[in-house]
Amino acid sequence: MDSRQVSGMTCCEKETDNGDGGSKSASLWDMFWTFFRIGAFTIGGGYVMVPLIQKDVVDRKGWVTKDEFIDALAIAQTAPGPIAVNTSVYVGYALRGFAGAAASVAGCIIPSIIIILMIASVFDRISSLDVVQAIFSGIRPAVAVLIASAAIKLGKPVIRSAGELAIAAAAAIMVSLLHISPALVVVIAALAGLLTGIGGDSR
Amino acid sequence: MNLLHIYLSFAKVGLFTFGGGYAMLPLIESDIIQKRGWLTMAEFTDMVAIAEVTPGPIAVNSATFVGYKLAGIIGGIVATLGVITPSIVIVLALAALVRKYERTATLSRIKVGMRPAVAGLIAAAAISVAKVSMAEPRSYAVAAAAAVMVFVGKIDPILVLAVCGILGALIFS
Repeated sequence: MDSRQVSGMTCCEKETDNGDGGSKSASLWDMFWTFFRIGAFTIGGGYVMVPLIQKDVVDRKGWVTKDEFIDALAIAQTAPGPIAVNTSVYVGYALRGFAGAAASVAGCIIPSIIIILMIASVFDRISSLDVVQAIFSGIRPAVAVLIASAAIKLGKPVIRSAGELAIAAAAAIMVSLLHISPALVVVIAALAGLLTGIGGDSR
Repeated sequence: MNLLHIYLSFAKVGLFTFGGGYAMLPLIESDIIQKRGWLTMAEFTDMVAIAEVTPGPIAVNSATFVGYKLAGIIGGIVATLGVITPSIVIVLALAALVRKYERTATLSRIKVGMRPAVAGLIAAAAISVAKVSMAEPRSYAVAAAAAVMVFVGKIDPILVLAVCGILGALIFS
């Protein structure tokens, strides 16, 4: 993992912090731009941004592993606030500390601010246009598909046993049928993992 | 009503919103509309529509829009900063904790429980979006086209959204 300075020193926890988790180096500008691009193109809110963030940050850039990304999502959903903002803060912090968090979150929200400020003044005139309505009628089903694909992609590596499948199914049911808060569901699942040790000897 | 009030009101909304942007809409309704009377119900409806049809997190969009209505461009920026402040503080604290205890057995057991749940939560989000967006054969057709692009073509999500937007303009108008 971190083999830069093995000489002399015995295992010093602090030294290994930088190189862990398989995160590749990312420049602040690159992080800002990645989240800016996602923020500028995703219509439909935070959950829509999740598959795009995953595609860029995990698949394309390799900044964080799939497991780390899932941890980020767990925290993003446990903490209050917008999922996309929370995810960008976590990923940014994991990559480059506070500066990374600032760069990512700025990238995430600046497109919104600019676009909303521009649209707020002309909204009444464009929202009633048939073409605009039609475009969004096309985008919305695609959004559902994109979110489903994110669930499948993220689920695959972490659902390896019947117990884990049960947790995933229970979480989906609790939220979509019983309307339990996602934050509460994450906490319950964490307790279930802690108490039952479902993952056995896995990492 | 000054900028500090706007900032604090939205910080409160951000602090008590769990589960993403949609969850904050009722909070904005009760706090900003009913309690403070800063917006009319009609303006609130506009805001929800705008937040949904523009790029970016719903919560950020809503805050920017309401702030703009209240105090212009500065108001929009202040409201947005307010709504994300609690997120930033709390997520940074949690991230620091997670990284500190990364290698402990307790945390790895917790993670093993949480990870499948996250996948389940995202599936639930897909279901709720599908419920409101797939109402007729034409939207099924668009969803099918999107599914082919995503699962078979492995096409970039942004391109999928753009293509489906054009598709929508063609078949829904």
